[in-house]
Amino acid sequence: MKLARTRGGVHPEYHKKPTSALPVESLPLPQMLYLPLQQHVGTTAVPVVKVGEYVRKGQMIASAEGHLSAHIHAPTSGKIKFIADFTAPHPSGLPTLTIQLEPDGLDIADDELPDRDPFALSSREISSIVSEAGIVGMGGAAFPSAVKLDQGSKGQIHTLIINGSECEPYLTCDDRLMQEHADGIVDGARIMMHALNAPCARIAIEGNKPEAIATMKAAASSWDNIAVVPMPVCYPMGSAKQMIQFITGKEVPAGGRSAELGVLVHNVATTFAVHQALRTGRPLISRLVTVGGGAIRSPRNFHVLLGTLVSDLIESSGGLKESPARLLSGGPMMGQIMPHAHVPIVKNTSGIIALIGSELQKDDTRPCIRCGRCVSVCPAGLLPLQMAARIRVDDVDGAAKIGLTDCISCGSCSYVCPSNIPLVHYFTFAKGELSSRREQQRQNDHIRGLTESRSKRLAEQKRAKAEELAKKKARSNNSKETVN
Amino acid sequence: MISAIMVITSMGLGLGYALALSSRYLKVEKNPITEDIEALLPGSQCGQCGFPGCGAAAEALSRGEAPVTLCPPGGKVLVMALAQKLSVELDLSSIEEQAPMLAVIKAETCIGCTRCLKVCPTDAIIGAPKQLHTVIKSACSACGKCIGVCPTECLHLQPVAQDLKTWRWSKPGQITAQI
Repeated sequence: MKLARTRGGVHPEYHKKPTSALPVESLPLPQMLYLPLQQHVGTTAVPVVKVGEYVRKGQMIASAEGHLSAHIHAPTSGKIKFIADFTAPHPSGLPTLTIQLEPDGLDIADDELPDRDPFALSSREISSIVSEAGIVGMGGAAFPSAVKLDQGSKGQIHTLIINGSECEPYLTCDDRLMQEHADGIVDGARIMMHALNAPCARIAIEGNKPEAIATMKAAASSWDNIAVVPMPVCYPMGSAKQMIQFITGKEVPAGGRSAELGVLVHNVATTFAVHQALRTGRPLISRLVTVGGGAIRSPRNFHVLLGTLVSDLIESSGGLKESPARLLSGGPMMGQIMPHAHVPIVKNTSGIIALIGSELQKDDTRPCIRCGRCVSVCPAGLLPLQMAARIRVDDVDGAAKIGLTDCISCGSCSYVCPSNIPLVHYFTFAKGELSSRREQQRQNDHIRGLTESRSKRLAEQKRAKAEELAKKKARSNNSKETVN
Repeated sequence: MISAIMVITSMGLGLGYALALSSRYLKVEKNPITEDIEALLPGSQCGQCGFPGCGAAAEALSRGEAPVTLCPPGGKVLVMALAQKLSVELDLSSIEEQAPMLAVIKAETCIGCTRCLKVCPTDAIIGAPKQLHTVIKSACSACGKCIGVCPTECLHLQPVAQDLKTWRWSKPGQITAQI
């Protein structure tokens, strides 16, 4: 198979050793589970349970709203305590509507579905089961998987890529999942290939996970059309665009979708969740989470129920060595800063990384020396220094003209910058600015439409009134004439 | 005598005709840019700019007598569109970003007089006589017209609360929003 070279990339210290060899552990049942209604890209889910109601494990507690949304299920049996605002696992620290579930410790589940043959089902049936199970992209994007499967089944997908590259430092949850559940992942991949009518699948794993590559190769050996592709160890190899370029040799066009190239990428954890939903009827109610970073006493992977508080997770993992300088959800390159540890684990939380001061980049920003390192590492082939210079003087449009929207926010440029310029922060800010402008323009157009329709209606009413009056007048004139 | 009458009459007729023709063919067109600008403005005639309506504001803008930042409901997007239309140099960082506002009805004091819904240029208020009125958030342009007509002063403008979907990262180097 021809493997193409990709451009750019960096080689950060991976810090994966301490956790990749340790088996996954389960947590004791927490006192309370906090399930935000917004755990996915798209419209917020709507609660379908009442406060005080008793729910069983796996029961739907919030239903998807509209096309782009996802159901939320009870991770264990218990009572709904509150449906109220609670801090979201989001850098803003803003509250979001959250269902609070008090577990009763019995873990009573709904009757599990009878065993069915996924390969006898149609694409539509499979994607509706995936949608019923509330599965979203678990690599971090949290995009509803059923929507992705539906989009894929419209076009001709020739290759399904299962993303097990896990290129972010510290994170090893996908690595452990592949080592412990290789057969389930391969089965999930086969089910999705069937749903997409895709002739072949590639399981992409970075070369720094030899055990995972070996177990996945063994699991996939009985299927000719599924191959394990060892990837070069380089950040951000796990980004869908880079992976597609490496495996197929084709680059996703600017502003385009991977489906246009006949390729669809799903994360290994998502693939495993699809396997579980189809084979056992189990919805997405738990996931593997890496707990790591310099501040953690004993880094490890845990099998965590969704809605568990980060503080509970850290405590069960053995606690903190020292107070962390930064708490992240996800990896250190692209992860989100958490406001504090009193936020829940959600569907796309791949890791909780508590970093100490020496692990952070220095924040003494100095002027750009135009060394061009950010240009050579940019995997999207952009000019980060030029874009940042434009954004610094509020020329967001100028930055957009030279490719801001193609930036994948991987953070490689910030990582290599010798002047510690927060380049990716500039790009995140500018992308936010662009999207709020788009939003405001849409709102302005909406308002103008409303005022126009109102003035049209008023004019119409005025005309109707005048006509009515004229008619009346004419009628009264006629009657006068007849009297005369 | 007759010739004098003839001369005066023909002069009067001729000049009158010339005037009529010139008023038709030599008419000064409305500044075309005014119409373009009016199409950009919200059209809610709220008067927050200090002009009697969007038409008057558009005329002032086209004559260069009003700043491009005059329209609060239009926001930054409108400022940029106007600056581009009028080729005005604009320093975006100097524009103070105003938080989006929203009209809110206090339920305790609303008497259901329907005055506010009659003046709302976007039909954003729904209600019926002697029933509690309410504002449709997505349709409110925060023009403030309803506030003046309310007999019980139960309407006021309030900044829209930020949520996860509207929150944005601030520019590096600026103080981030306090949590």
